Amino acid sequence: MYRIAIFLLLLGIWIVFSGKFDAFHLFLGALSSLFITAISGSFYFSDRSKSFGARMGEIIRLPGYGLWLLWQIVLSNVHILKLALTPGDIKELDPTLVRIKPKLKTDFGRYMLANSITLTPGTITIEVGENEMLIHSISKHTADGVKDDSMEKKVAKVFEGGES
Amino acid sequence: MILNTLSIFLISIGIVFFIGGAVGVLRFPDFYTRMHAAGKGDTCSMLLILTGLSVFQLNDPTLANFLVVGKIFFITLFIMITSPTSTHALIKAGFEEGIKMWKRDETKEDGE
Repeated sequence: MYRIAIFLLLLGIWIVFSGKFDAFHLFLGALSSLFITAISGSFYFSDRSKSFGARMGEIIRLPGYGLWLLWQIVLSNVHILKLALTPGDIKELDPTLVRIKPKLKTDFGRYMLANSITLTPGTITIEVGENEMLIHSISKHTADGVKDDSMEKKVAKVFEGGES
Repeated sequence: MILNTLSIFLISIGIVFFIGGAVGVLRFPDFYTRMHAAGKGDTCSMLLILTGLSVFQLNDPTLANFLVVGKIFFITLFIMITSPTSTHALIKAGFEEGIKMWKRDETKEDGE
């Protein structure tokens, strides 16, 4: 099941990138996708313990999360722009280090959380540990946003089926 | 015409964000806060400029142009994943090197 999905994914990418729809190119694409699936199919989706249906649920929920992330990116850029264009002494700047202890179980969940923290306004993940993250925050105000676990819950809902 | 205006609008906003990032890199007090400006200012402006370019491509809606939009979408996705990762790598390297954090109070004492 996974191998078929990987094959279709690769074939789709091939078609978009090549832009040619004649039989020869499609045949080449199918051949190379098949070859790559055969030799490296086990690299993608390393955690096969999840059922295929759960994985599909993840993929369906992913765009909503992506849109939320896009909005956060816009907010964080407006935030940086505002700070950069503050005249004189930038009063809001007050860097702090924050430690949080997320309860996410999978590596991918932790990776997504770290990535999302870096993209949301005023915070960057410095270190990711087994069950601890070190975060640099640009001001006291943005540090508060990381301390509550709303983002963690969001990530858990999308990638770990709601258990957090 | 509408699409043209929209793409000009998106690209201009992207450039404004780029300027914000650049000014931030110059003005912020230490390495870490500068990484904030460098890492984030770029993400959004790149996304906006790339979106503007793909909107411009849709002016002439042929299949080839739709494929170009698809490729731009892949670049966008790639940037969304790699930009935070590179920011994290840099800031972690700096942290392990032991670069001191800028503190508000210290500078006040220095000023007096």
